[in-house]
Amino acid sequence: MRFVDEYRDPVAAERLLAAIASTITRPWSIMEICGGQTHTLVRSGIDRLLPPALTLVHGPGCPVCVTPLEMIDRAIAIARRPEVTFTSFGDMLRVPGSTTDLLAVKAAGADVRVVYSPLDAVRIAQREPERQVVFFAVGFETTAPANAMAVWQAHRLGLRNFSLLVSHVLVPPAMEAILATPDTRVQGFLAAGHVCAVMGLREYEPIAARYHVPIVVTGFEPLDLLQGILMLLELLEAGAVGVRNQYARAVQPDGNLPARQLIAQVFEVTERKWRGIGAIPASGLGLRTEFRAYDALHRFGVADIVATEPADCHAGAVLQGLLRPEACPAFGTRCTPEHPLGAPMVSSEGACAAYFHYARTT
Amino acid sequence: MSKPVFLPACPLPLADYPTVVLAHGGGGKLSKQLVDDVFLAAYPSPELARLHDGAVLDLPNGRLAFSTDSYVITPRFFPGGDIGSLAVYGTVNDLAMCGARPVALSAAFILEEGFPMADLWRIAVSMRDAAAHAGVRIVTGDTKVVERGQADGIFINTTGVGCVPPGIEVAPPRIRPGDAVLISGPIATHGITIMSLRAGLEFETTLQSDSAPLHRLTAALIEALAGDVHVLRDPTRGGVASALNEIAQSAGQGIRIEEAAVPVQDEVRGACEILGFDPLYVANEGKLIAIVAGARAAEALAILRRDPLGAEAAVIGAVVADHPGRVLARSRIGGSRVVDMLSGEQLPRIC
Repeated sequence: MRFVDEYRDPVAAERLLAAIASTITRPWSIMEICGGQTHTLVRSGIDRLLPPALTLVHGPGCPVCVTPLEMIDRAIAIARRPEVTFTSFGDMLRVPGSTTDLLAVKAAGADVRVVYSPLDAVRIAQREPERQVVFFAVGFETTAPANAMAVWQAHRLGLRNFSLLVSHVLVPPAMEAILATPDTRVQGFLAAGHVCAVMGLREYEPIAARYHVPIVVTGFEPLDLLQGILMLLELLEAGAVGVRNQYARAVQPDGNLPARQLIAQVFEVTERKWRGIGAIPASGLGLRTEFRAYDALHRFGVADIVATEPADCHAGAVLQGLLRPEACPAFGTRCTPEHPLGAPMVSSEGACAAYFHYARTT
Repeated sequence: MSKPVFLPACPLPLADYPTVVLAHGGGGKLSKQLVDDVFLAAYPSPELARLHDGAVLDLPNGRLAFSTDSYVITPRFFPGGDIGSLAVYGTVNDLAMCGARPVALSAAFILEEGFPMADLWRIAVSMRDAAAHAGVRIVTGDTKVVERGQADGIFINTTGVGCVPPGIEVAPPRIRPGDAVLISGPIATHGITIMSLRAGLEFETTLQSDSAPLHRLTAALIEALAGDVHVLRDPTRGGVASALNEIAQSAGQGIRIEEAAVPVQDEVRGACEILGFDPLYVANEGKLIAIVAGARAAEALAILRRDPLGAEAAVIGAVVADHPGRVLARSRIGGSRVVDMLSGEQLPRIC
């Protein structure tokens, strides 16, 4: 299949693997930011083809995983209301809240629907004016433009029965939080290609300079990752810092300007809580004052719902690259996809799910 | 493929009863009218015509295979089939995977009050055509009508019997390291076709469900390879991955597949890439997995490919002595990964 098979070509993969093996001269630990990249690495078996001196540390870039527990509880509280049609991407439904998850709430009779785009939720609101339609707006910069577009369209259409439960997070502050951790192992980053397709490269340059790390913006196919790893190793071995772009077929230095403008029009940067990590200042997006009417948090009065994370879930350490999924004491025993303690075990981008499904050895 | 040659108008006076009413299941005149004018009219079998409480069948020598399945699919009509043809082929295939020649089916309907009579007729005709195509008779049946809201339109159960030729035993314990794993054609087509029609996802495709009876393929394999056919399985819900896991676990053997060898139509692959689905976990309705003695793999492949239903058959892997009870896949770039059982449903991803 065109535009897919080219990036999974075994001959090119072998060439890149050989180049990686001949470039590396000493141990390095690098982090791939995005959970989609983690899944490609583990699913295609790249992690087991790389030289042992290279350690892959899996990053926090799984939007489902970092959505705080209390936000799931708030979603559940809203979804249970009889007048509400709660819409979400499929990934979020299995994520455990404090006591239950959205799939169970749906089974108990709540109107929870999987949509494939926030604009589908706007269409439902248009079609069913008697329903309060709420969309669960999670994700990094990647999903922000479409979510902003949904609010903008609802506003233009004068829809009073549409709102967003916003839990948007941003990549650069998370990278800084990881680099600022005293015991961090991360010496270089594979940045998330699709995030940069929206935002561009500029905001990564100060991070590279401040923390003296090389950053390679990387795509999601096996060859993208192998090439990204090779580029990052070349920088590390040369002692160079800076930002390089492996994913040039999708990423412009300034990103996607209309998308960035739309985000800036609808959202503003705000403090966000990250599941398992805690609050990070200026690490997320919230609706601007002029769009407050579309904020489900206020419309349904659920802002005061708070929750404490279960003590035996180490998702926070996994998300910061401090703990490998299979090294977690609960992995595969008390925590499985059927009975998850934390989101990384059930999200399609979760590192624990990647290890559980593709790499278990027992 | 079996397409209805003609679709006669429903013989029930639609003007009187355009939809199913509770009395159609009440055992009185209306029930009789429904049975006579819809089911007897559609299924021309002497056993059914006797209208007895059950059917008495003459069976050839051999052992009896016996299988049942219920069908609740939405949408009820889809490109390449409908709930009726699916209900016939599904049970025919379950029998075929036991190594049996399917002989007869029962058909039981649970109808929701208000179900359009024209749709019921269309489904009955489709079942008739599917049964004729698969060479089985529908010999007994049942109809219940439930109040509105107690069922989703129509549920169908079919139960089937078939004969297993003497000396034939297809079951997971028979697989051995060195056996070859074959698939009869491109996978995941049915599941993606159905998904493309679901509310909220509608994407345009030219895909058709692969729903088809597989008993000719299994009969041809058994006739030529006899005892060297070790396992037959139709990978329906849960897809090829779940079927292979069940086989590996129940046999206590390992299975290794080559991802690049598994046939998937481009359109299906594209849809899976976009939705974040793995085609190995998507449902099929007209494909079979055959595990045969390694030395007979080429012959088995040739036999499958001779039939239009198996034209794109492929050898996708082998039974191995390593990792008993588990399925591993070699990725396109040469890495390897575990192919796990599906947990829950596949849900479309965020980004």
